[in-house]
Amino acid sequence: MQHHIAPTRMYIGVFLALAVFTALTVFVRLGLEIRSFTIAISIAVVKATLVILYFMHVKWSGVLTKMAVVLAVVFLGILLLLTLTDYGSRSWQPKIPGWEKHQVVQ
Amino acid sequence: MSDAHVGTLEHTHDEEHVAHQFDNAQQQYESGNLGMWLFLLTEVMFFGGMFGAYAVYRTWYPDAFEIASRTTNIPLGAMNTLVLIVSSLTMALGVQSAQLGKRKRLAWMIALTMFFGLVFLGVKAAEYSEKWHHQHVPGLNWNWTEGEGGREVQILFCLYFAMTGMHAMHMVVGVGIMTWLLITALKGRYSPAYYNPVEISGLYWHFVDIVWIFLFPLLYLI
Repeated sequence: MQHHIAPTRMYIGVFLALAVFTALTVFVRLGLEIRSFTIAISIAVVKATLVILYFMHVKWSGVLTKMAVVLAVVFLGILLLLTLTDYGSRSWQPKIPGWEKHQVVQ
Repeated sequence: MSDAHVGTLEHTHDEEHVAHQFDNAQQQYESGNLGMWLFLLTEVMFFGGMFGAYAVYRTWYPDAFEIASRTTNIPLGAMNTLVLIVSSLTMALGVQSAQLGKRKRLAWMIALTMFFGLVFLGVKAAEYSEKWHHQHVPGLNWNWTEGEGGREVQILFCLYFAMTGMHAMHMVVGVGIMTWLLITALKGRYSPAYYNPVEISGLYWHFVDIVWIFLFPLLYLI
């Protein structure tokens, strides 16, 4: 079998990057006292991408494995986005006069 | 045998590990890998349901969630994140050791991965006991004295225990897999020609690490 074998220093490098990103996200919260969904999740996405590409060898995997990874992200996106189109929009009230008479009271 | 990365191994040596339904070792390896990835896809959707619940309740009660996430212990959470990253490194190096045919190093890496997995679970147990002490456990020991909105705050704690609990269960399963992997590795079952179980267990371990990479910011930082 022919497989790509990555050198140890690559694994150490990826580990150091993951550690630095972890320190960064904690520093943003505790040091700069910023509670930001965007910053925290962006850093998490970068970290997850590093793990998937290098630790899980997807960078060197065949096209089927890559498709499985992309599918996972796509299906998770459908699940989260379509759910939020409902729950996220429920507070948007229609601006048509007199709509209150027709709303279902729970 | 240790120069698998240079060229294709002896065909005859490969064949002895190949199950009858596969044409050759390469096909067996790729099928096993793809099967694991499809399982991980279902795992993404499994955890996705809980992430979806989190997203819904967070958009509904942003204030309550902010109050609740202030009670989580960030230093302990950050430490556990680091512990899991180290365990992912040792796991990845374990797979590499198997690829290179370094059997002793493989056993050590599996043992270290197990060790760091257990450290993670220990820290998690300490955090749970802290929550119990503060009466922040919905259903079993709940008493919210830190102001208004206890009902909504309770929802985040329900999600906290559901998500971290499910993650911890996956860690327990992972440690179990590592135990089996260690025993079989010590028996010398893995070589550069056959290390599919090491690689596939590694994929599972890294996946559980990725779940925590997202749980840490969602439950501790924001």
